[in-house]
Amino acid sequence: MGSPKITRRTMLGRTGLAAAAVGLTLAGCGSSGDAAPGASASGSGEASLTPVKLQLQWVAQAQFAGYYAALDQGYYKEQGLDVSIVEGGPDIVPQDVLSAGDVDYAISWVPKVLGSIEKGAKITNVAQIFERSGTTQISFKSKGITSPADLKGKNVGSWGYGNEWELFAGMQKAGVAVGDIKLVQQAFDMNGFLAGDIDAAQAMTYNEYAQVLESENPDTGQLYTPADLNVISWNDVGTNMLQDAIWANSEKLSSDTAYQDQTTKFIKASIKGWVYARDNAQAAADVVTNAGSQLGKSHQLWQTNEVNKLIWPSTSGGIGMISDVAWSRTVGIAKGTKNETGATIISADPPETAKNMTYVEKALTELKSEGVDVEGKGFTPVTVTLEKGGA
Amino acid sequence: MTRVRSWGLGLLGLVVLGVVWEVYKAVGPDAGVKLGDRLVLPRTSDRAMPHLWDIASRLTEPALGRSGAPLWEVVGQACLFTLKIAAIGWVVGVVVGLLLALLMQRFRLAEAAVLPWVVLSQTVPLIAIAPLVRRWGSQLRIGSWAWDSQDSVAVIAAYLAFFPVAVGMLRGLKAPDATHLDLMRTYGVGWRTTLLRLRLPASVPFLLPALRLAAAAAVIGTVVAEVSIGLRGGIGRLVIEYAQAAGGDPAKPWAPILGAIVVGLVAAGFVALLGLSLKTYRRGEVGA
Repeated sequence: MGSPKITRRTMLGRTGLAAAAVGLTLAGCGSSGDAAPGASASGSGEASLTPVKLQLQWVAQAQFAGYYAALDQGYYKEQGLDVSIVEGGPDIVPQDVLSAGDVDYAISWVPKVLGSIEKGAKITNVAQIFERSGTTQISFKSKGITSPADLKGKNVGSWGYGNEWELFAGMQKAGVAVGDIKLVQQAFDMNGFLAGDIDAAQAMTYNEYAQVLESENPDTGQLYTPADLNVISWNDVGTNMLQDAIWANSEKLSSDTAYQDQTTKFIKASIKGWVYARDNAQAAADVVTNAGSQLGKSHQLWQTNEVNKLIWPSTSGGIGMISDVAWSRTVGIAKGTKNETGATIISADPPETAKNMTYVEKALTELKSEGVDVEGKGFTPVTVTLEKGGA
Repeated sequence: MTRVRSWGLGLLGLVVLGVVWEVYKAVGPDAGVKLGDRLVLPRTSDRAMPHLWDIASRLTEPALGRSGAPLWEVVGQACLFTLKIAAIGWVVGVVVGLLLALLMQRFRLAEAAVLPWVVLSQTVPLIAIAPLVRRWGSQLRIGSWAWDSQDSVAVIAAYLAFFPVAVGMLRGLKAPDATHLDLMRTYGVGWRTTLLRLRLPASVPFLLPALRLAAAAAVIGTVVAEVSIGLRGGIGRLVIEYAQAAGGDPAKPWAPILGAIVVGLVAAGFVALLGLSLKTYRRGEVGA
């Protein structure tokens, strides 16, 4: 993907006929596309709205509840934006889509993007939505794995593709080399863990951890409970890295004043959406389900609640702000942690343009003056009862 | 009737498959069969292989939560969505394949130049091109019509579907006996008449299996591309989202897989109907 233009030309040569034929066949059947419902710009009264595309890093789920809530509650419209939420998928790399100019903003994890930036992607973190890391390594109590040091000699699961760095950093900190564990490729589901193939499995608090708690323990006939599991949280180990952030196009930020303006507005409305999700967890979960997510309802609410915990209370001066400590820890791990092939994410510090807090600061100031609580000091999570299979 | 018999045999095949599933589940070891460190036969626990009747009864329960649309309805709608895209991809693929075959038959140079590329095109990994096609497509806009991800998926389906048609049809066009071609030559008729009177009819026994392969390829291409780019609405998307329930609700992830099978059967059935209309020409059909 280093030289897309050349690739494209050769591909067009090869599939030119196919492309032309498809163009002809489909020209008549304009379909609605993958944009979120309620996102069309055709209404006559909405002609003044600026169209904005947001690329997610996965399909619709409560991990993105704030954006869906902002859309549903009309917060983007208030800011004069007609936002389409573009869902991701297994092979969609949000930062690539953003740097190719196909969307205006993208959601992605910081370490993954730092690698892309070093390879030339010109994109900027304009709002660090998640303050904490949702990544953990979970194991059954019987395995006796309570700290990274205990991973030695065990079958350790990871999804790979940039999801493994906190694990490797945590092991490195505890003196466990990558060669000391048996690294197991983990699938979308937790069956490998439940069947015992994986001793310690990677699990997001808002997703896979819940999947285990939604599964029946064959010994008791009841669902597994948190008491059955040991959880290593990278937040506690101190090798947590920054996750979901809003990324923008660096070049447009430096030259295009309309885009700068729009960025502030987009962040402001998105934050309002996240505040809504904090204060109305159930309603926000329903918004995501109505937006087409196929996750079970109790799972969706669990996810909303866990994601809220990653954001609230904000200790960095308001949602979206990056604390210097967290940023330099993320960069440090990205530079200093080696994976199973001996590679690091980046070899040098990222450029200045990798983050820019100007717009989120502006958005936060405006929101505070409107009386919006952007820190959520009094945040208390709801209690979620998971049903079998997340139903 | 041979047709009734072949349908009956097809149905019997499905039943046998189901019986094999249940028998293996009943007699196979819970932990599966391992050869050294490698699992060679699957586990038989209810989590790994739910009973067929559990899968069936899961279909009647709500897809999400305790109420709402039953699972079969959600999967059924996804089937229609996927079938539509696969059909578009199939049509485009067949047209492109036929044109390529004609081109290659007509010009020896074209065959030498194009055929290696046609073969090579199938070695490109699908999951690599799906996101690229989506990204390039998203920049296309013709008047008020804008490319969307569905179109990208249809292109992927067409990309897989054109191959068997191009290769099969080329073979079919070359199928007439040399004596028949010589006869045409003695009549002094041109390429076009030879094509219409001799080559096209002779190609049918090769074309029909190619169309069947193309239908299967279009369905697979559609589902894989849907998975790859996470396209909302189709079977592929349900495969991704329901995979999450594998631990707690093991029957659920099988529902979209059943759906994909249904789509495949419908597509194959459609080609079979097409075959009926070309019955006159189906002498000595070669197996696909």
